[in-house]
Amino acid sequence: MKVIKEAIAGTLESSDLLVKVAPSHKGTREIVIRSEVIKQFGKQIRHAVTDTLDKLSVSDGSIVIEDKGALDCVIRARVQAAVLRACGSQELDWGRLS
Amino acid sequence: MKLRRSMLFVPGDNAAMLSTSFVYKPDSIMFDLEDAVSPREKDSARLMVYQALQHPAYRDIETVVRINGVDTEFWQKDLEAAIRGGVDIVRLPKTENAQEIHELEAHVARIEKGCERPVGDTKLMAAIESASGVVNAVAIASASPRMVAIAMAGFDYLVDMHTRRSDGWEPELFYARASVLHAARAAHIDAFDVVYGNVNDDEGFLREVKIAKQLGFNGKSLIHPKQIELLHKAYAPSEEEVNHAKRVLAAAEEAHRKGLGVVSLDGKMIDPPVIDEAQMTLQMAAAA
Repeated sequence: MKVIKEAIAGTLESSDLLVKVAPSHKGTREIVIRSEVIKQFGKQIRHAVTDTLDKLSVSDGSIVIEDKGALDCVIRARVQAAVLRACGSQELDWGRLS
Repeated sequence: MKLRRSMLFVPGDNAAMLSTSFVYKPDSIMFDLEDAVSPREKDSARLMVYQALQHPAYRDIETVVRINGVDTEFWQKDLEAAIRGGVDIVRLPKTENAQEIHELEAHVARIEKGCERPVGDTKLMAAIESASGVVNAVAIASASPRMVAIAMAGFDYLVDMHTRRSDGWEPELFYARASVLHAARAAHIDAFDVVYGNVNDDEGFLREVKIAKQLGFNGKSLIHPKQIELLHKAYAPSEEEVNHAKRVLAAAEEAHRKGLGVVSLDGKMIDPPVIDEAQMTLQMAAAA
């Protein structure tokens, strides 16, 4: 999927995360993760983010995560929502979301 | 028999509640994609619910998704998320007639085929929120073999009836409650009473629980976890009822062992529904 515009999803409330997605001018995928629990769960958070982006075939774009202790399922949902918004996608390919 | 005393509403876009609501152990959890979610967050909430449904913590609890009404642009997308996520029951709000259930059922079957769920696996329930819904309750409740429950929703109904909620025995809801309940019993499905909105008023909540229980509702829709324990305690059978149920089941067991066609206790014949009720009493006591 191609990121064509800036988009956000989620909140900064506890157990949630804010995902900001924007087009990249470098032709690469850049992921920045800030989290209150980065020491304990940094690897798992990064895995959930990159796995979700891989399944959506996002290879190009800037992804900034502000995590507030979200569960894996919440991270995946918010990343999916932000990417779909950033790609201007109306129709979902459900096969890419699991 | 599935216990359905408490159905806890969880806003579909509330990450904290989606992450914790299973710990409160309601009989059913209802992820809401309708009124609790603003139109601009429907897409994100749909994905949140889709992912939450697959979380291991929700495997042992009955899950329900309240989709948006069939008069909206959202409901078919909601349905995709719910069914593909593995929901047990889809709850249709503002149900007016049986045709809406037929339309819903057709789309549910289409999506089940598309995601390789067995056709018929997803159950349905309808919320009655208007005068026409109440009048059509019998047809709605029996519209599909997928139907497992029907719920009364008070706020919209009272607006439609040009009245408002009162304290005490709530005569303004009596006809609707009785109609919905009769429709459920005639269709052999469960019935949920209205939500009680003031979460700080335990006394008022318990007064309403007493009405619902006495009328025969299986339980209530709930908007706050603190109402779960209150409800379950109120629905718990008394010690006397538990002892009687045990004696009924012992008598039934003895009659079965002796090959007797008729069960009797203290010189009185016991009908099969009494045995069913005794089993339910012990189930409720164990779950209280």
